[in-house]
Amino acid sequence: MAETLISVENVSKKFCRDLKRSLWYGVQDITTEILGVRRRTVNSLRKQEFWAVKGVNFTLKRGECLGLVGHNGAGKSTLLKMLSGLIKPDDGVISIKGRVGALIELGAGFNPVLTGRENVYVNGQILGFGRKDIDQKFDAIVEFAEIEEFIDMPVRNYSSGMKVRLGFAVAAQMEPDVLIIDEVLAVGDVGFRAKCLNTINEISRQAAVIFVSHTMPQVARISTKGLLMHKGQTQYYGNDIAKLIELYYGSFGNIEGTKTGSMRADLLDVKLFSGVNREVKNQLFKIAYLDELCIDMVFSADNSVRFLGLNVGFYDKELKAVAQTFSVNSALRIENKGQQMCVRATIPELSLNPGVYSVSVTITDERRGEILVYHHACKTFQVFGDFTGFTPVQYKADWELVDSH
Amino acid sequence: MGKDIKVYSADSSRKRIRPILRQMGRDLVLSKDLAWRLAVRDIRAMYRQSLLGVLWAVIIPLTNALVWILLRGTGIVAVDDTGVPYSVYVFSGTMLWAVFTESIQAPLQKSTAGKSILTKINFPREALIMSGIIQCAFNACIKAVLILGAMLLLGYPPNWTVFLLPLGIASLILAGTSVGLLLTPIGMLYTDIGRGIPVVMQFLMYATPVVFVMPTAGWISTVISYNPMTPLIVTARDWLTGLPPEFLNGYLLVNLTFLAMLLFGWLLYRASMPFLIERISS
Repeated sequence: MAETLISVENVSKKFCRDLKRSLWYGVQDITTEILGVRRRTVNSLRKQEFWAVKGVNFTLKRGECLGLVGHNGAGKSTLLKMLSGLIKPDDGVISIKGRVGALIELGAGFNPVLTGRENVYVNGQILGFGRKDIDQKFDAIVEFAEIEEFIDMPVRNYSSGMKVRLGFAVAAQMEPDVLIIDEVLAVGDVGFRAKCLNTINEISRQAAVIFVSHTMPQVARISTKGLLMHKGQTQYYGNDIAKLIELYYGSFGNIEGTKTGSMRADLLDVKLFSGVNREVKNQLFKIAYLDELCIDMVFSADNSVRFLGLNVGFYDKELKAVAQTFSVNSALRIENKGQQMCVRATIPELSLNPGVYSVSVTITDERRGEILVYHHACKTFQVFGDFTGFTPVQYKADWELVDSH
Repeated sequence: MGKDIKVYSADSSRKRIRPILRQMGRDLVLSKDLAWRLAVRDIRAMYRQSLLGVLWAVIIPLTNALVWILLRGTGIVAVDDTGVPYSVYVFSGTMLWAVFTESIQAPLQKSTAGKSILTKINFPREALIMSGIIQCAFNACIKAVLILGAMLLLGYPPNWTVFLLPLGIASLILAGTSVGLLLTPIGMLYTDIGRGIPVVMQFLMYATPVVFVMPTAGWISTVISYNPMTPLIVTARDWLTGLPPEFLNGYLLVNLTFLAMLLFGWLLYRASMPFLIERISS
């Protein structure tokens, strides 16, 4: 039976919206702390306060990796700061066993004025290693971080990628019992990210890892447990990572975008459907991976425009364009009839990676390429499936065994 | 070492005073390397981007001293006989006073400058304070060298008691650090403290025999004799100039008091740090 390394019981933390008031509360809190009286206000909010984290519970054993997800401001970082002992909980108890390695925020863990080398030694000592131990590990750290040439340069001159590399290398090589990683792997190049994920995977076999990320494929790959936070509260906690990710995406809801362009055309309505599966008002439209997706676009255009081109763009939730379909590349020529028209685009097998996407529609003058109207994120929908891949497009392919020569 | 259990809860840590003291001792040992490196960095940085470099450690007390030499020399103010040449008296006074001023500001300055690491890494916080102490001690050495050089130039060589000067300087740093530590928690929340310290120090300087001798009568003489800084400054200067120390008992008493204050300030600093980080984190 693996030992429990982290236990978090009913942990809450209050924050104050108003700075002046917040400072004054700080004075009050320090006074009660010093006097040793139990704070009367523990379970009630003072004026302008809100719960940044409220009643969070979880335990983590050696060999487990907790994927901590949630929107910005959901309380993830606050929770991590409490776990690393930087701030005290207002309620509840956290107990952590063993050596803690924490990477909170980009480039943190390092003192910017010290060189990379000095930082490695200082951090190692803080983690409880002797100078000799660090001497032994030093080369492995530098090699892992791939920054040999810059090791004697002050860390403040490092690029963000280099800081993450070194920070991660130190945390990884110091054999922590508990490793806390906050979103740092969003930086750095693809190769290094892959290396980090592999290392986290390895570390999590002998340690308890808490991993914060907005990149669901990363979460899916390394987490054995998941915790979804929403406005400081636990929305999901359990072992079903696919459910965690679906809930995370589902919590985005519909985002209505804006229209721009020369406005010589107007997009009146866009409807998504898939067979008998239609949109329901105020609900996220869901479609299964490889199902047929139809998009109906109702529009009208100025009489001066003769031929129109309609483009449908698909964006992931980081607003990166991942796919498109353009009427000009089809057999259809759309001639302006000077009245309200409706065009349907049918995608027979939607091979997008399970997740949430938004649809943007552009109507152009086919001849001149002028953008008549561009409606950004006019629809949002979710693709669901029983897997999560790394790339936005998951081809359907025929796989077979063939002769090896 | 690797298997200790850390518990974080809302309870006041005051109830567990014994383990806290043990933890403080351990953190102090852990922080010495970091403190040393930080101090070396800061000292180097002091002259890396500056033409006068380490001279800045003595420029303020030097100008202060020159002003008073001028005031007295032109007869604008009359200063009683100081027992030693006035220039030596005022020079040593302003230099020693500057040691105290610097060390009172150091804890708050270092903690404010270290905000970005305080809010992100859980390192022994003592390192910041210690690096401030090291830097003050370094600056004090420069000042001491300058005074001794000046004394030789002025034809007033020090005698053997000068070997006690480091002790006098240590007391000044102790006094400054303990007061500075007590002010740091509130000073990190409100910038008024950081701005107010130099102002208050200006007044305090004239309530201490820094540039003139203690008057024998009047209310100012009462103030000066009750000022805890008086025995520290006077004793350090007496050791430097070779005069018999007149406040030795007071000196010991004041040191013990400041030592107790230092311990309390340290406890306060540690206890308040999580609350400070929560309020200042940016």
